[in-house]
Amino acid sequence: MERIFRIISQSSATFLFFVLIATVSVLYLYAKPAIEQFGTYFIIDPRWGVEVTVKESPTKAIQTTPSSPQASSEPTTTPTEEENLEDEDTQASISDDENLDNLDAGLDDDLGGEDIDAQITSDDEDDFEANPTNAAGEKTEVVYGGAVPIVGTIFSTAIAMLFSIPIAMGIAVFLSEIAHEKLVAPVGIAIELLAAIPSIIYGMWALFYFGPFIASIFGGHSVSLLVAGLTLGVMIIPFMAALSRDAINTTPDVLKESAYAMGATKLEVTKDIIFPYAKAGIIGSIIISLGRALGETMAVAFVIGGVFEFAKSVTDPTNSIPVVLANNFAESSGLSMNALFYLALILFVVSFIIIFAAKHYFLRRNKL
Amino acid sequence: MRLFLNKAFLVLSTLTAILGLLFLGWIIVTLVSKGMESLTPYIFTHDLVDNGIRNLIWGQIVLAGLATVFGIPIGVLAGVYLQEYGNHTKYADFIRDLSDVMMSAPSIVIGTFIYAIMVIPMGHTNGWAGIAALFVMMLPIVVRTTDDMLSLVPTELREAGMAIGASKYHVIMHIVIRAAKVGIMTGLILAFARIMGETAPLLYTSGSTIYMETDLSQTYPAMTVSIYNLATMPDEKLVSLAWAAALVLTLMVLGLNLLGRYIIKEKR
Repeated sequence: MERIFRIISQSSATFLFFVLIATVSVLYLYAKPAIEQFGTYFIIDPRWGVEVTVKESPTKAIQTTPSSPQASSEPTTTPTEEENLEDEDTQASISDDENLDNLDAGLDDDLGGEDIDAQITSDDEDDFEANPTNAAGEKTEVVYGGAVPIVGTIFSTAIAMLFSIPIAMGIAVFLSEIAHEKLVAPVGIAIELLAAIPSIIYGMWALFYFGPFIASIFGGHSVSLLVAGLTLGVMIIPFMAALSRDAINTTPDVLKESAYAMGATKLEVTKDIIFPYAKAGIIGSIIISLGRALGETMAVAFVIGGVFEFAKSVTDPTNSIPVVLANNFAESSGLSMNALFYLALILFVVSFIIIFAAKHYFLRRNKL
Repeated sequence: MRLFLNKAFLVLSTLTAILGLLFLGWIIVTLVSKGMESLTPYIFTHDLVDNGIRNLIWGQIVLAGLATVFGIPIGVLAGVYLQEYGNHTKYADFIRDLSDVMMSAPSIVIGTFIYAIMVIPMGHTNGWAGIAALFVMMLPIVVRTTDDMLSLVPTELREAGMAIGASKYHVIMHIVIRAAKVGIMTGLILAFARIMGETAPLLYTSGSTIYMETDLSQTYPAMTVSIYNLATMPDEKLVSLAWAAALVLTLMVLGLNLLGRYIIKEKR
């Protein structure tokens, strides 16, 4: 009995490991055709489901070459700086136009599935430009690229963080330092309960009320990158505030009291005593919230628009990885399905890294 | 100047708190007022095909409930292993890290994973796949809670048990688990509440249907998925039904949360 119990419990712990490995390997397995087809170029390719003629004649090959350096110069501009948004978008639209040009006579009613099979079995590795081995003349292939949802995910998360960090910190400080004692318990519980509300509720609220509200202030559509980011922000506020408050509350009263005794104001105590002391915990809570915002589906699915275009301004609709997965999964097959698995794998790996970063911070706090 | 800055800081902080609470209050008010509109006894006794939500409530509870039934033994046992057998070994720390990572894995990715292993072979969405997805969501939460709660049990209790000649198994089953029972129960309720409100992992695993369904190998009604579908319909009536369903769902989730809190409070 003793032994059996031990073995059972150990194997259930191992089961957890097994599930994680299975997740990664299954995602990889299903994403493999897409990975082989597109390689890492997938990450910077802004096209989704665009049919492209595979080039054979040299003149057309020249036509495509200018688009590739532009497209590949994108990753340098992709990171989150707002100023780069504009040029990046113009670049993207330029390469989009060129792709539209490429989309020519080759549409001779081939079924997509046949194409895909042909592509998977054909031995050219990834790029649609570099495959003169096929002497069969022109044929079309469908190109999938993940740049739009990836950029959309990054920007919506960035907007969410910019919006939610100040407010969550305000709530946390308010609850732990400023609020009257009678207020602390009810507000604290309210915040924690709000953190438990299903995210689909936030999505519905944003679709019917928040989106139009934001659109009436900033103009533009009621489904847009901005609305999606702000909705995400509102959603993670209670979560982040509750975690940060817990971190702030770990500051020993003695430290605060001695600072007050020196004549420090509340601002100085907060700035110089509490934040330095609880820094690791606060950063950890921010990173965990970031991980949550990154993988959030339902709050965003209603309001981001779900179109495969870069947002030219923040009030335009775009797309994000979880939303692509949610909207396009059911009706896709073959290569597009593989491309979706590729996106899922990217999302999984990114959130994996983020959580490890968070754990790193928490561990550092434990050592102190 | 210092005092002025201090005042400004206090006002600013209070204002952000009020702003944040205002947003959250707005959500609640919207939810309740819109949800009440079509919250009639009628919708609890009819299926979605007749503009009711009976099958949805049933489906959501069955999916989350069965996921919990499978999740509890494995999760609790894994937690027991981490704390009682493997504590401080490298392997246990490794599993602990993994479970923390899994706890915050994007739920939609878990949906895709289950889709690949359970829906593609079956050929269509089915209830078992939904259960599996929720189970994977829930497992790390249960492991984490059990682990934490067992770590709160004083070592002396274990030593006392050992000293009177009980085997490790007896100590765990009759002393440690009993001491941590309330905490574990609370954790389980909170985990149940968490998966109750999940939409993303169910979207293409269980799918959702407008009919009552009791066969788990068929597409199974799921409340959250139906809310998602209904809310984007052009028909006012269906949208209003979605609000009612959303209100019911929120009440269930919050009710479970309050129950968990109440149990903890009782203990203290």
